[in-house]
This record gives sequence, C-alpha cells and structure tokens, in this order.
Amino acid sequence: MQMREWLDHNDARPGEDDDRATGYPFGFMDEGAKREVRRSILKAVAIPGYQVPYGSREMPIARGWGTGGIQITLSLVLPEDVLKVIDQGCDGSVNAVNIKKFVQAVADVEITTDTRSATVIQTRHRIPEEPMTAEQILVLQVPYPEALREVEPSEAETRRMHAEADYSRMWLFLYEDIVKYGEISISYRFPVTVNGRYIMDPSPIPRWDVPKLHMADTLFLFGAGREKRIYAIPPHTRVEPLEFEDHLFRVEDFSGKVCARCGASDTFMDEIIDNEAGERLYYCSDSGYCDKRYGQCNNH
Amino acid sequence: MGYVAVKGGTEAIERACRLFAHERMKGESGPLEVKQVKEQLYLAVDRVMGEGGLYAPDLAALAFKQAAGDTFEASFMLRAYRATQARLGYSLPVSTERMRVVRRISSAFKDIPGGQILGPTSDYTLRLLDFDLLEDDDARRKAFRERLFADLPADAEIPGTFPKVVAILRREGLLAEAASMPTEELFDITRRSLTFPAPRNAALQTMARGETGGMLLLAYSSMRGYGNIHPILGELRVGYIPLTVPHPVTGEPYTIGEVKVTEAEVVARFEGKNGMPQFSLGYGLCFGQNEIKAISMAVLDRCTRSDQPSCPAEDQEYVLYHIDGIEAMGFCNHWKLPHYVDFLSDLDRLRKAQKIARQEECHADA
Repeated sequence: MQMREWLDHNDARPGEDDDRATGYPFGFMDEGAKREVRRSILKAVAIPGYQVPYGSREMPIARGWGTGGIQITLSLVLPEDVLKVIDQGCDGSVNAVNIKKFVQAVADVEITTDTRSATVIQTRHRIPEEPMTAEQILVLQVPYPEALREVEPSEAETRRMHAEADYSRMWLFLYEDIVKYGEISISYRFPVTVNGRYIMDPSPIPRWDVPKLHMADTLFLFGAGREKRIYAIPPHTRVEPLEFEDHLFRVEDFSGKVCARCGASDTFMDEIIDNEAGERLYYCSDSGYCDKRYGQCNNH
Repeated sequence: MGYVAVKGGTEAIERACRLFAHERMKGESGPLEVKQVKEQLYLAVDRVMGEGGLYAPDLAALAFKQAAGDTFEASFMLRAYRATQARLGYSLPVSTERMRVVRRISSAFKDIPGGQILGPTSDYTLRLLDFDLLEDDDARRKAFRERLFADLPADAEIPGTFPKVVAILRREGLLAEAASMPTEELFDITRRSLTFPAPRNAALQTMARGETGGMLLLAYSSMRGYGNIHPILGELRVGYIPLTVPHPVTGEPYTIGEVKVTEAEVVARFEGKNGMPQFSLGYGLCFGQNEIKAISMAVLDRCTRSDQPSCPAEDQEYVLYHIDGIEAMGFCNHWKLPHYVDFLSDLDRLRKAQKIARQEECHADA
C-alpha cells in the first residue's frame, strides 16, 4: 500500500470507540501514542540510520521481548493487514507465538506464515529468506539500538559521536579485534553504515542477513522499546557492513550443510543437537520457507 | 515524641511496634493463612528463602505474612532465624543433572536432547489484568483444573534425568572451563568474612543469597553496555535436587529430602586465552524459582572473573559487597536512628568554618 492510500484509509477507519470485544482500543495503544510512533517512523525514514527517541509505551509483554517492534506493528496495522511474526526465523517460536496472540487479540488481523502473502512481518533476529517486495514492511525487534555501545557505554557520548560522525573508536575497535583474533570477531549485530552517514546496529540478525538490507525494495523499521528508539532503512538505501579492504565482511559459512528436511543448501541453518553423543543436524532457520519448499517437494 | 529514647520514648516505641501489627489486621478481610501464602504466593516465598539463605517454605511464608509483604524484612527475619540454628554439617555435592526438572530451556539451541520443557512460567503470558480473578472461587478453580488436565495422556513418560547442554559444548572443547569438583577448601561465608579476591565458591555463595533487585541492577548494567560480556543462556532449569548428607556415624550418603532450585548457565564471548578461542561459562544457582536472580547471578559470576575489570559489574569486591539485601537494607534504615551527637559535631565544624570565612571576607573588604 502506498503512503497516501494508507493515510486516507486510516482517516476513514472507525474511531477507537467502536465496540470491540476485548475492551481495548484497536491496536491497544491510544490514538495519540500510535500517532507519536508514526511520526517517529517518518522522521526515522527521513534520516536513514538515525535513532529517533520516542515515548515508548508499556506493553503487556515484558521489556526486551519485542515491545519496540510491537509498538511499530500496532501503530501500522489495519484490519485488512496480513501479519507474519517470526522469532529467530521461526513462526512457532515462543516469542512469535506470544506476540501474534497479543496482536490478534487487540487488532484482529489475519496471520500467515507465508512471507509472500504477508503485508507486515515482525521479526526477532532474522530476515526472511524469500526476497520481500516494495509493498511489504519488515519490523525488526531491537535489544540494543546503539552500535557504538561496544566502545562507549554513555548515551550522551554516543549521541555526540553520531552527531559529529566521530567513528574513529569504532574503527579502532575493529582493527584491534583483527590484531587479537586474526579477523573481525563480531558474530551477529554486525554494525553497518547507512546511506554513507550513520553507523547503525542492524539488530541481532546474523551476518547472513546483513546484505539483504542493502538497496532493498522493502522498508525496514527498527523498534527498541526498552531503550525508546526507532530507526529505519528506507527502500533503495546503501547499507554497508564495516570492513577493511584487506579484511572483508564475511557471512556465516554453511558450505556442505543441507537442510535435513527440505534439502535446501542456500539458507541460514539452525544447528540441532540430535542426541547426547552430540551429533548435529541442520534445518532451515526460516521455518516458513522450509515448509513451503518441503510442501513443493512432496507434491511433485 | 516517640522517636528518641528521651522520657516517654520506650512506651512510644512499644506502641509503634503494635501499631505496625495492627495495620495488617485492621481491614475487614479474614486472617491470611500461612498455607495460603506458601501455596499461592510461592514466588515471594521462593525469593525470601533465597535471600534469607534458608530453605524453609513454611517459615518463609510466615515471615512474608508477618512483614506484610516486604521481601527485605521477610528475608531478614528468616536469616535471623537461621542464626539460631546449629550448623550440623555440610550436604554432599550434587549434580544438577539429577534434577527433577519442572522447567528447562536453552536459548542457545533451538532443540536440545531431552527437549525444551517450558514448565510453569509467566514469560509467555500477556500482562493484562485478569479481572476474572476478582471472582476467584473453588468452583472456578475446579473447572480450570479439569480443563487443564482433560486432554493429557495419563501414561506420558517423564525422563528421570536431562543431559546438560553445556556438557555437550564442553565435550567438544568449545568451553574454556573443565567440569571438575572444586579442589579448594569450601569457604563458608556464614562463618568467615570475605577477603578479596574471594575464591569463586565464596563469591557464588554470596550471590546465591544476594538480593534479586540488586543483582539484577548490576547484571543489567553489564547487559546494557557497561562492560557487556554478551551472554547467551546455555541452559536454565528449575526443579528439585536431592539433598544428601553423610551419615554422622557411618559416613554413608543419605538422601534426606529435596530442594527446589533455579540454575542458570550462561555462555559468554570467547577470549582467546592460550591462543585458543573458546566460550566461557557463568554460573547461577538459587533457592526456589527465581529466574531473574539465577540469570543475573550467572552473568555476574562471569563478569567478576574478567581479567581487567572495566566497570562496577566486573569488580568482584564492588559486586559482592553491595548485593546483600539484608546488609544494605539494614544500613539504609540505620539513617533513621538518632544521629544527634554526630550532627552536633558536624554543626560545630560548619559554624567554625563559616566564622573563619566571614573573618576572611572582612579582612578582604578592609
């Protein structure tokens, strides 16, 4: 849906006193709060990678359990939306189930596990394997919005560093990492430069997913409820992982690994301890994608 | 005039104590049974046992009732009661692999041998006020229980033991520390005062009876960025472990009961010691079901073993001296004691200093 269409639609929608079974307003938050979240999103889209502070509301789900993502999702969804929620790639994982239960109770949207048919996808720590389109929004839950926290604990100081694009300590940290370990040891939450300006924390997605943020068709929204920040990567924005010419960014290595269920060899894999002897099996982390492939294989 | 021990003070103090007891009983509701506290406010009871350092559910429930729900006071009473009991001996070490598990999860692996056992937890509930509870009664409870147990298979098998997730990591050489019985002599923190650096077993004992909120604060400061060690929860389990003691005459091990505990093992970022990158382990264990405390303890255990402490949560002395709720609450409350003498002495110094300052001003003006 385009922005204009969305705004018109939203105005035409019945107000919050429509008689809902739950006794809670549509989308749980009051209209003022939802508007505040949307304004923060607009600002975040206008300044890619910049963390917009906002008045994060208390959700009936604990802080650190995706409340930032939930507030974004609740401020965006309309009754006709189709929502997919994943936790570490999986639709059936506890956090995803919990959030779906809540969003359904207060916004009554249709739920899907199919990446293609969702209009909004909320995710914890993964980006779906199937490419998303310009018509879709990916909402990422963020535990640590500050990529510089690793080198500077003080928020006042990191805000100054961002304002002045003073990123020397971050680069030094990466350099020292290489000196110590032979390569950059950051595993997930790999810092990226957005639109050539802000260093940004892409949320704890694996390195595997970082390239999907670059020049994508989709709008990425990041919500950190506990830390009260919203940021965004608009479509067609440059997103570059921090790297040196002689020490390039590398994604996780799954060479030779095949999904024990659908046979995929080009996805991010979960490692499962099969038995007490410690034998390992590999499965697609993206359970919706795995289901789809598994279904196709079995129909043919 | 009831505040200080001048004339009439003793009587006023007596009445203040009685008034406190009266506050609890002045309402129209019936007396709260200790059994009700134990069964229905069991998480508070667990917390009080852990912070009081005494595994005694009935006494903890009584303390919680008597303290009108103040966990600091209740833990305090329990620990004070503990001081009245003789130290009869030490129980034998027990492997938590033998735990009768009611809950057991790993966030490091999606599936683990034995499976993820979610068990009783509020983690996945929506924190919406349940107004139905306003009308809680026996009939509703009965109906709820019937619904809950209706579709359960009667012959479901429950495994006796669950393998430890970190043991698997350890076997593969991914964990730095080997699993071994401590060789050092046990440092009994209830009998000796801490010295620094404290041996790990003393640090773990201190944290096991630390105050949940205080430990959370320090662990959270690390998680947020003041010295983040990037913990991953290798395994969290809640359940009952056997309490085994050596027979006083024969020395043979005897199991005399069981204790409910929460155990957390966090795996933290590799350090590249001895040239071999590995994970390192943080360990937390406390009485009852108190997952926040067990996880905080595991994080702090790992933090305080950093080579070069860079923040409060990594400073062993800072952590161990400040997490004891009973010591902290006592000292905080002591500021309500009369300090007239001290203050008078302070006043004297201040007045003298002001006098000197004024004289200097006069001289400067002149």
